[in-house]
Amino acid sequence: MAAIVPEPPQIDSDQRIGQMPDQRLDQSPGQGNGRGGSKNILPAGGDLRLMTEYSPPPSSTAIWVFLFAVTMMFAAFSSALIVRKGSSLDWQGFPLPPILYFNTLLLVVSSGTLEVARRRVEKYMTGLRLSSEHPARWLYITLGLGLLFVVGQYIAWRQLSAQGLYLATNPSSSFFYLLTAVHAIHVLGGLGALFYVISKLNKTALRRNTIVATSRYWHFMGVLWIYLIVLLRIKL
Amino acid sequence: MHDTSVHAAAHHGPPTTFLRKHVFSQDHKVIGKQYYALALVAAYVGMFLSWLMRIHLAWTNAAIPGLQLLSQSGAPGGVMTPELYLQLLTMHGTIMVFFVLTTAPFAAFGNYFLPIQVGAEDMPFPRFNMMSFWVTFTAFLFLMASFFVGDGPSLGGWTQYAPLNAVGSVGGPGQGSGVVLWAISIALFCVGQLLGSLNFITTTLDLRVKGMSLMRLPLTAWAWFITSCMGLTAFAVLMPACILVILDHVAGTSFFVPSGTVMNDQILPHSGGSTLLWQHLFWFFGHPEVYIAIVPGLGIVSHILLANMRRQMLSQRVLIYSMGALAILSYIVYGHHMFVSGMNPFSSLVFSFPTLVITIPSTIVVLIWTFSLYGSRLRINSASLFALGFISMFVSGGVSGFFLAQPSLDIMLHATYFVVGHFHLVMGVAAMFGIFAGTYFWFPKMAGRMMNETLGKIHFWLSFVGAYCVFMPFHYLGMAGNVRRYATFVDDFLQPLIPVHRFITIAALITGFAQLIFLFNLIYSHFRGPIASQNPWEATSLEWSTPTPVPWNNFDKHPVVYHDPYQYGVKSSVGDYVMQASPEQVETEHDEK
Amino acid sequence: MAKLFAVTIFVIAILSAIPILRHTWVAPEDISTHGALIDKQMSETMAEAGISFLAAQFVLGFFIWKFSNRPADAKITKFPGGAKGLVIAAFLVVGIEVLALGVFGAKAWANVYFTPPSSDAMPIQAQAGQFAFYFRYPGPDKKFGGIHPEMVNEGTQNIFGLDPEHDVDARDDIVAAEMAVPVNKEIHLLMHAKDVGHSFFVRELRLQQDFVPGLDVTLHFTATKVGKYEIVCTQLCGLGHYNMKAYLNVMPQADFDAWLKQQAGQ
Repeated sequence: MAAIVPEPPQIDSDQRIGQMPDQRLDQSPGQGNGRGGSKNILPAGGDLRLMTEYSPPPSSTAIWVFLFAVTMMFAAFSSALIVRKGSSLDWQGFPLPPILYFNTLLLVVSSGTLEVARRRVEKYMTGLRLSSEHPARWLYITLGLGLLFVVGQYIAWRQLSAQGLYLATNPSSSFFYLLTAVHAIHVLGGLGALFYVISKLNKTALRRNTIVATSRYWHFMGVLWIYLIVLLRIKL
Repeated sequence: MHDTSVHAAAHHGPPTTFLRKHVFSQDHKVIGKQYYALALVAAYVGMFLSWLMRIHLAWTNAAIPGLQLLSQSGAPGGVMTPELYLQLLTMHGTIMVFFVLTTAPFAAFGNYFLPIQVGAEDMPFPRFNMMSFWVTFTAFLFLMASFFVGDGPSLGGWTQYAPLNAVGSVGGPGQGSGVVLWAISIALFCVGQLLGSLNFITTTLDLRVKGMSLMRLPLTAWAWFITSCMGLTAFAVLMPACILVILDHVAGTSFFVPSGTVMNDQILPHSGGSTLLWQHLFWFFGHPEVYIAIVPGLGIVSHILLANMRRQMLSQRVLIYSMGALAILSYIVYGHHMFVSGMNPFSSLVFSFPTLVITIPSTIVVLIWTFSLYGSRLRINSASLFALGFISMFVSGGVSGFFLAQPSLDIMLHATYFVVGHFHLVMGVAAMFGIFAGTYFWFPKMAGRMMNETLGKIHFWLSFVGAYCVFMPFHYLGMAGNVRRYATFVDDFLQPLIPVHRFITIAALITGFAQLIFLFNLIYSHFRGPIASQNPWEATSLEWSTPTPVPWNNFDKHPVVYHDPYQYGVKSSVGDYVMQASPEQVETEHDEK
Repeated sequence: MAKLFAVTIFVIAILSAIPILRHTWVAPEDISTHGALIDKQMSETMAEAGISFLAAQFVLGFFIWKFSNRPADAKITKFPGGAKGLVIAAFLVVGIEVLALGVFGAKAWANVYFTPPSSDAMPIQAQAGQFAFYFRYPGPDKKFGGIHPEMVNEGTQNIFGLDPEHDVDARDDIVAAEMAVPVNKEIHLLMHAKDVGHSFFVRELRLQQDFVPGLDVTLHFTATKVGKYEIVCTQLCGLGHYNMKAYLNVMPQADFDAWLKQQAGQ
């Protein structure tokens, strides 16, 4: 007869309340975090610095999960491009519009500005630095750079169509428009998220995970774009 | 609701309006039921279409009364035309694979029970969850709309091979608007399932209650978690493929139509597309998709068998690893759908070996189940009958995989009824049996009432014997070379096989009627069934720790988990089991070590 | 109930096996030189799959019979060996089984696809279009004329889109709606799709291969028995898919020469 002893829960989440928020600590897989999604209620009054402790961690997992799905989607498009190019003789390459390189620069710089913004917001939220400067400024700069990127992409499309290269002209142009457009839609999604972060920050109702997830997404958009421009440069 | 972001888990209280409560609800339980209802409607539509097809195959020239209402041009005088047959075939396959086998075991039961089984109040992103259902529902409407728009649904089959899917209406009825609607529907479906998978994965990883380690998750939770990982990868690939098809139709691109394609003596304007590209993209999704249909069934069957065997599995870990192995292998075997489709013959061999290797984890799962029955105290009820029936079907459908995994035999069996028999048994009937078992088992929790056992058993017997009568002969037809997707059998060598088709049709009609018994039982029990207690099956996992009906935020008091999920066959104060959430110290009845 | 269920499983398992053992529904006699290996592979796989099927169903039925509805105080016992034994057994038995099947199956596959056609194999081009097969013989010059898709015209019976005016090779090409081949002569089949995907399936020849639009696939085979066999399409190609067929007519060499001459005269 073997006895089955009830194993007590392995962590006690209640201890964390009142501590400095560092949600990376409770992310270790293999243990429940004890929340059961329950401790997610914002305190009345809406004080930003109190609320950060109650942020649900799922968004930081979810953003990786989501980025994985986006990666798979672009992997599918890329393999379609490679197979399609390899299978036929009608492929006609064309030089990429130079403005794309400028756009690349914009996106890279915007990643930097967002990183600055995120650090400032976090310091502001944890109360380590009560600067007179409102942390939203760098977010606005990032938002502007992102918008410029999309406008730049639009100019690139206009330049190509002025050369007579449309979506259906050649498989190479089909893939160019397709990949850049799908990427631009994702960037627009990122701009929406930035806009949301700013509006929440202005209402002092921002959660730490929101800005962390948004910045991860935005950096990913930059990395994805660099991958795409290399792919297009080599394959078109 | 102050929050519109992904963090919308902050509930302030249950919704009060009808619309928020029952229609645009963010409660995972309501969404689960909505998915179940969608799957139920889709399943009966799909079954009805299969009846029409079966009747046409057995008695080709017979008029089916009222068929002209479905399609005036497709059924003059009620006699089905070949194009209508193929349109029904496409719709049957698409509806069943996407809107029944993916939604019911995964999205419906998973939504309802995954948060409860991990001890969470809800999914982390309820708003995404709501969108997931409504996008899927819209996808279903788009698909059904193709019956009423233009010249009907596509006739290209659920696999929609290129270039037939991209040439436009010159390819046949439904190849214009029908394919576009199909592709939009499936792309939307992908979006819905991606949102769902996102929620499932984060729920499993992040919302587990105190004490619920990964290895203490019930097997159902594991199955849903593995399935959502597969769904995340597979649907993210199918969606781009659908976008490419839509662009070929509406934007004049040529991704799939090669140069020099001549239809009706006219060269098509497309040039240089690759037809194999579609097959690669589709089957990279398609093979994991069939595992998406069956893996939740593996979890559900294990869960139900355990509660009815009153003992632990021989090894829970091995079951989890086997399901994981199936999921990983599913990505490297997809080429076995393309052995004779013009792919490099060397690739066929490369894909053949991992396909054969899939037999090993599948065998392990079956062996663990079967030999766990040894020395158990098996209880027989509708749920456990369907779970045991699942094992039998899974084996019967699985062994034909030995043949289809080998390219040399695929030469003879590809595109024959052998394949139809194989996948209907292993992913169709088996997965349906999983759904039925889950329904009989969880209905008391979902509806608060018990289902009628007598009707359940009648349903089981007719379904079990009926399904074998329908799908076993398919294998024999295939071995004789009966090609699938034929509207009528005009070839000389197919004539002697028509009596077999008549037998199958009669069996299919009877089996189909048995499903109406189930529908009656479901509806009747929902309103008139005896009130269910909190834990009618004496089961252990968290869904049975919470009251029936389940309160709005799932638990009156947050549970704490002290035990592995399946502590049956022990001596405790309540009987031969101990709940996961009970701190009681118990003794096993048998020597576990 | 449980015992009835167990018996049902036994009965279904046995009934399922009977048509297999009695060879009620089987592929017709093989008329190819490469098919013997495929047939052998088929029967070996059937033996292994059949034994696995019967064993699994019988063990399942037996355990259901034996261990269902036992009294509440019946002792719960564990299968000797436990999960470890089962996993090892699965890896050993099934692993060796599928490895053997894979290796021998690869041999049968290689026999069809990895051997080059001999140099004196007779070339025939098959073209599949909605919803008919056509076959082209190169004629005395042994060269096929080029295909010009823009010239395809079914009204004037220019099925392949040949251009005899400008193309010398095309002038003596012979086009037929049935595929006549001499017996015991190796055929090199060039497969061309005119529109969408189709497939070439002759059960007696143990051959099935898709026509891939935009990609011409080749096959080679030798038919060893005189007779008329059906060629059917197995790749869904549109509303007439069920009706897309042609005949493979295997003739003695003399008959074939006469047939070819007659076709050329038309």
